[in-house]
Amino acid sequence: MNELIEILEEIQPEVDYETCTDLIDGHYLDSLSILSLVAELEDAFDITIPTVEIIPSNFNSAEKIWSMIVRLQEEE
Amino acid sequence: MSSYCSLAYLGLFLPIVMVLYQLTPQKHRWKALLAASYLFFWTISGKLVMFLIFSTCSIHHFGLWMTLVQEEKKGKLAEAEKSEKKQIKGVYQRKLRGIVTLAVLLHIGVLVVLKYSTFFGTNLNTLLAACKVSFRLPIPSFILPIGISFYTMQAVSYLFDVYRGTIRADRNLGRLALYMSFFPQIMEGPICRYSDTATQLWSCEKISYHNMTMGMQRIAFGLMKKIVIADRLNLFIKNVFTNHASYDGGVIAVAMVCYTCQLYMEFSGTIDVVIGSAEIFGIKMPENFRQPFFSKTISEFWTRWHITLGAWFRDYVFYPLSMSKPLKHMTVSARKHLGNHFGPLVAGSIALFVVWICNGLWHGAGWFYIFFGLYHFGLILLGNMFGPLFKTTAEKLHIDRNKWYYRGIQIIRTAILVNIGELFFRSNGLRVGLTMFKKMVTNFSFASIKSRQILTLGIDKYDVLILAVSILLVFAVSVMRERGIGIRTAIARQNIVVRWAFYYGLILFIVIFGAYGKGYVPIDPIYANF
Repeated sequence: MNELIEILEEIQPEVDYETCTDLIDGHYLDSLSILSLVAELEDAFDITIPTVEIIPSNFNSAEKIWSMIVRLQEEE
Repeated sequence: MSSYCSLAYLGLFLPIVMVLYQLTPQKHRWKALLAASYLFFWTISGKLVMFLIFSTCSIHHFGLWMTLVQEEKKGKLAEAEKSEKKQIKGVYQRKLRGIVTLAVLLHIGVLVVLKYSTFFGTNLNTLLAACKVSFRLPIPSFILPIGISFYTMQAVSYLFDVYRGTIRADRNLGRLALYMSFFPQIMEGPICRYSDTATQLWSCEKISYHNMTMGMQRIAFGLMKKIVIADRLNLFIKNVFTNHASYDGGVIAVAMVCYTCQLYMEFSGTIDVVIGSAEIFGIKMPENFRQPFFSKTISEFWTRWHITLGAWFRDYVFYPLSMSKPLKHMTVSARKHLGNHFGPLVAGSIALFVVWICNGLWHGAGWFYIFFGLYHFGLILLGNMFGPLFKTTAEKLHIDRNKWYYRGIQIIRTAILVNIGELFFRSNGLRVGLTMFKKMVTNFSFASIKSRQILTLGIDKYDVLILAVSILLVFAVSVMRERGIGIRTAIARQNIVVRWAFYYGLILFIVIFGAYGKGYVPIDPIYANF
């Protein structure tokens, strides 16, 4: 989880990732930030994030992103 | 039944369907809705209904085919050794990709042939003439079935969702037909996903008093936007855009702002009628507008204006393209060389370019629509490129970007840029758009406004007063929505006297101040032509 927070802070430092639960709906992460994030996550956690997973409910908070990572790691 | 705001639809078609729906036993109500939807389509497009039937049957068939392959894949994977699984996944993935590609090409192909043959043919002939080749292509011309751009996008989203496994293919052809043809949204959207509406359409709950009053309120508010504001502006806009050579830049600027206002009031008003109509039957449709003129950037504007179209392009064009292997590699490598901000922008801008060409073409077959798309692409790209520069400059100048005045400037800037885009959108030709824009910059004058000559061009001072009050009303409602205040729920909480005083007040306002009858020309549904 700490590694994920570090990645997020590098991409968009102006957000408190411990509390923010509307990263997408609140326009904190736009589609270009998502591109960076997906590339970073795939590298860091050795997963493949398919397009179908790129939905607001998977990216609205650090916790949701972490759940998706864990799920994808289990599936692979 | 030329529009959702017509008397034929609101005074005859919708009430009859409501009565028949309510009288039909629940298990047969979907048939009533389906019959009404096909009748609605047939009254507008006649025998072209065959295109809708073809699309529905086709996605039904391709969906089931993909499900069959997916089930076969599951079975094989369950029996396979761990080492074989990757190979099996690859084989079936290729098979599924082949099916979805064929299906999507078929649907997009029909749309391209019907909608763009004349445009592409004419341009190819111009190119041949320029190259001094005597051969000319015959230029076909087709009549478009109503709403083809909308239901084709629904069909394609269904196919992609089945392919991705986010939904299961529907074996029930009736439910799929209803999803594709539901009469309130077939003409102008919103572009629904199967997971948004199919189950709701099938449940066919009885019309409740709550749903009926909520739906009616939404319809009345939409009618107010369309009949009182958009139609009242029509004569003036038509006049200026048709005879733009006779007017100075000041008049053109006013017409540009009026057209943007008209487009918003007409489209969002019709969508209010559409969503309200669906709400009466207990169906919650996705919202298509969320106070777009409160946007601080062009990117944000497109998450608030025609939301379902933007979301469609994001989910089915932008992400699949930018997440494709070549562009993903490009993102990773560009980030190493260009950093965190500009790296993803390289691959992202390629995908964005495709999105905005498609977005422009979706609106119509013409160079000015392509220009409109590229204009917004350019603005979004510039916004992304210079975003960090604006941020650093503001920090150095100790400007708090969260202060109301900074946000206000951003909102006004975005509104001006949107207005300029709409000038080209309405100008019916790129050359005309450029001429009008040039005149606005080089020949700007308040003379016609000061001398009140502008009040002889299709709107008089009473029209201006009515427009000002109505726009203020819409603005007040937008502010409340922006603050998360549910107006209709607040009205529903009032006692019966206040509630009905409000309902009658709104109806009387539309009846008295609506722009209809002698001397007025209502606008055709703008988005129905797309």
